Amino acid sequence: MTTTTYLVIAVVALFFLVIFQISKAAEYVSVLKGEEQSRKQTNKVNAFLMLGFMILGLFGVWYCNHLLYNKTLLPLESASVQGERVDSMLWVTIIITGSVFLITQILLFWFVFRYQEKENRKVYYFPHNNKLEVLWTVVPAITLTILIIIGLRNWFYFTGDAPDNAMKIEITGKQFGWIFRYPGKDKTFGKKYYKLIDGADNSLGLIWKDNAEMNLKDDPATHDDIITESTVYVVKNKPVKLIIGSRDVIHDVGIAQFRLKMDAVPGIPTTMWFTPKFTTKEMQEKTGNPNFQYEISCDQMCGNGHYSMRGVIEVVTQEEFDMWMIKQKPKYLAAFPDKDPANKKDSTVTATTVTPK
Amino acid sequence: MSNEAVLHTPSSYAVHDDHAHDHHHHETFITKYVFSQDHKMISKQFLITGMIWALIGGLLSVLFRLQLGYPDSKFPWLQDLLGKFWVEDGRITAQAYYALVTTHGTVLIFFVLTAGLSGTFANFLIPLQIGARDMASPFMNMLSYWFFFAASCVMFSSLFVETGPFSGGWTAYPPLSALGQASPGSKTGMDLWLISMALFVVSTLLGGLNYVATVLNMRTKGMSMTRLPLTIWALFFTAILGILTFPVLFSGFILLIFDRNFGTSFYLSDLYVNGTVLPNEGGSAILYQHLFWFLAHPEVYIVMLPAMGMVSEILSINSRKPIFGYIAMVGSLFAITCLALIVWAHHMFVTGLNPFLGSIFVLFTLLIAVPSAIKVFNWLTTLWRGNIRFTPGMMFAIGFVSLFISGGLTGIWLGNSALDIHLHDTYFNIAHFHLVMGVASFFGMFAGVYHWYPKMYGRQLNNTLAYIHFWVTMIGAYLIFWPMHYEGLAGMPRRYYDYSIWESFKQFAELNRFISTVVIIVFATQFLFLFNFFYSIFKGRKVTNTNPWGANTLEWTTPINPGHGNWPGEIPEVHRWAYDYGKDDREFIPQTEPVGANESHH
Repeated sequence: MTTTTYLVIAVVALFFLVIFQISKAAEYVSVLKGEEQSRKQTNKVNAFLMLGFMILGLFGVWYCNHLLYNKTLLPLESASVQGERVDSMLWVTIIITGSVFLITQILLFWFVFRYQEKENRKVYYFPHNNKLEVLWTVVPAITLTILIIIGLRNWFYFTGDAPDNAMKIEITGKQFGWIFRYPGKDKTFGKKYYKLIDGADNSLGLIWKDNAEMNLKDDPATHDDIITESTVYVVKNKPVKLIIGSRDVIHDVGIAQFRLKMDAVPGIPTTMWFTPKFTTKEMQEKTGNPNFQYEISCDQMCGNGHYSMRGVIEVVTQEEFDMWMIKQKPKYLAAFPDKDPANKKDSTVTATTVTPK
Repeated sequence: MSNEAVLHTPSSYAVHDDHAHDHHHHETFITKYVFSQDHKMISKQFLITGMIWALIGGLLSVLFRLQLGYPDSKFPWLQDLLGKFWVEDGRITAQAYYALVTTHGTVLIFFVLTAGLSGTFANFLIPLQIGARDMASPFMNMLSYWFFFAASCVMFSSLFVETGPFSGGWTAYPPLSALGQASPGSKTGMDLWLISMALFVVSTLLGGLNYVATVLNMRTKGMSMTRLPLTIWALFFTAILGILTFPVLFSGFILLIFDRNFGTSFYLSDLYVNGTVLPNEGGSAILYQHLFWFLAHPEVYIVMLPAMGMVSEILSINSRKPIFGYIAMVGSLFAITCLALIVWAHHMFVTGLNPFLGSIFVLFTLLIAVPSAIKVFNWLTTLWRGNIRFTPGMMFAIGFVSLFISGGLTGIWLGNSALDIHLHDTYFNIAHFHLVMGVASFFGMFAGVYHWYPKMYGRQLNNTLAYIHFWVTMIGAYLIFWPMHYEGLAGMPRRYYDYSIWESFKQFAELNRFISTVVIIVFATQFLFLFNFFYSIFKGRKVTNTNPWGANTLEWTTPINPGHGNWPGEIPEVHRWAYDYGKDDREFIPQTEPVGANESHH
């Protein structure tokens, strides 16, 4: 510890000592002056402070909004079609809860100030009133019904089936990163079994060769599956259906700009679909931030590297996507280079050149 | 006249002779202060243990806020203090950060706001306010505390094990919590966490059964259920909720212990962890969440209800006006208790839960807002046209209502699954539950301590310190948690050690620094309270009036320092409800006073 640390401790201790001595002195004074009188004085001070707290508090609410509003996602349009519904519902909810907040807080602190103890005030003996009580049971109930109806309509839309033309992508969480899989040309995800997972070569445990021990048969659908890590490409205005899983612990696919999230649970696949509205480039222009990325954040505590479990969604146009996809090689071919037609050609060429000798 | 003499000169009030009921049996130090069976002493044991845990839990939050607020700064002195496991190279390590977050949550929810709140005030107030000499089973009551003490010791010891305390979040979701290879904190630290929590469940059940039995069977003559003060109703429902749900949590933990130690697969399936394929197949990680939240959601009401009850009582006393809508207040407590049992899956909207099931939980969750709204409006009407005295207890009760409104309204956002799908597990959530359940319950607890302190210790707290404590805490609570809503609206996830690599969330670095600074100030201010509390036990001004607040309930009919058994003579008889304030031009009419012939009816 440095001397500054000791100094800070000493100053803080001194500060507390002063507060304590003042408080103690206030107690002596009140006893000497007459407790009832000083109690009444303090009462007035506190009533005034309560009112002041409300006024400053309301100003603070405004000021906080002024400072932070532009740092949230609210000023930006949602980047997905689904997110638009989240946003509109959010605004309805803000308006309803916001007005209740203002009304109740103002009433609370106003009553507290207005009905502070006064010498001759006669309190109003008012133990109950059925009309009032029914009123504030029914009004919240009706308001909540409206919110429930809006909410459930959106909920069933979000959790309903993705359109048939949706691009299917499998996303698998692991400590601490994301693995993506496209079904390839056959549009079918090949089967997988977790016991085949092997860190480097077969990160998802695809069944791409016979395994007598586990009684598994090679699934040809795996042979054209494309696997990528960290970054996934999707197409603007084309619905994407994510089939979400996890290899180890529970993770969560959080895509804040699209206003959605869904857990990745080992052993139980989940799904989520959305339609991106803007390409990454368009968003970079819209936000004025050249480094803008659609980030996938892990939103479920998954271990010590939880905070660094970052993925990127690259939203591109159909042409850009096709260009990118053409360059991708199925993982199967990387695991079995001899099955790669490109390699095969080479090997036959060398073979033919060798034979004449 | 010396200072002390000034403070302790008896006033003109009649001084009650509190030695009139001298006990004929002599208690030893051990039976009086350690293995006491007196409900008042047990409640103080719960309170002080809870305060120690609150201090530890708060300190942990200061440490992780240091990391969040000052991610680039180095704290070499912290390393000297805590050692290499916690602080390496002057920075709090990621594992330490997660251990801090986890222990902060566990300790504050269970040890402080459950044991420290219910344990203290159920023990203290139930016998005193219903007119009983002690709990139904004083021995079980003592066991309840000592099981809590044992749980505390085990939890505390987990801070010192080599692999660190449990670090997977207070919810302890498997597989993370089940597999040591997934996180070092899930090794010995998790075993200790589970043992501690199991002991804690035992403590809660022993206490809860006692509270229910006492309220049902041991009310004094005339104390019908509808004449009970709202504190007792709240504590009664709290105990019932605990009895119904803690065993479910316990069963969830038992299965977790089996999965961890005996090779079962209740929660485990299809796992490849840390380069190894695990043999477990067929389990469901989601099963644990159902069992856990079946307790853990009612748990937030276990934390809230006692605070609501005490606040109702304190607001009424200090407004010098009856609580508005007593029956509606009891009814809303009952409604909250029932609904609390059928809303747990709103914590699981994004786990892949069946959407139809999710919609049912949306319905019930938002329904809870109705009884909550009734309570708020009734509190407001109680204040309306009152004659308000700002005692420190009253200040905290008013603060409670304000915080409960602020935090409760955002529950309407998060309970609606279509919004939760965006805001779940972000800072919006943190802001919501800290305001409504964390800080608000704390305010309820402070209100209770300030209000009943004269009855607990026969001495008064220093008011100036109390007011400073209130204002700094109130302003600080809003400064800390209000801006977090905005972080949540940017989608910023909770439980992140460092946000600097995230393009979407790094814009809040300055705000995080501000919040952390306020946290330190608010934490430091709590020492004023602690000091005031312990100093006043020995040096506070002696209470000279048996009923310093002019309250109606029975605890103020006991001597200033009640002995074991509470009333020296007969237990008083009750003739009316607890809220006859300002009736027929009388400031207050104690429950023990018979109804006069000419008294007006309500």
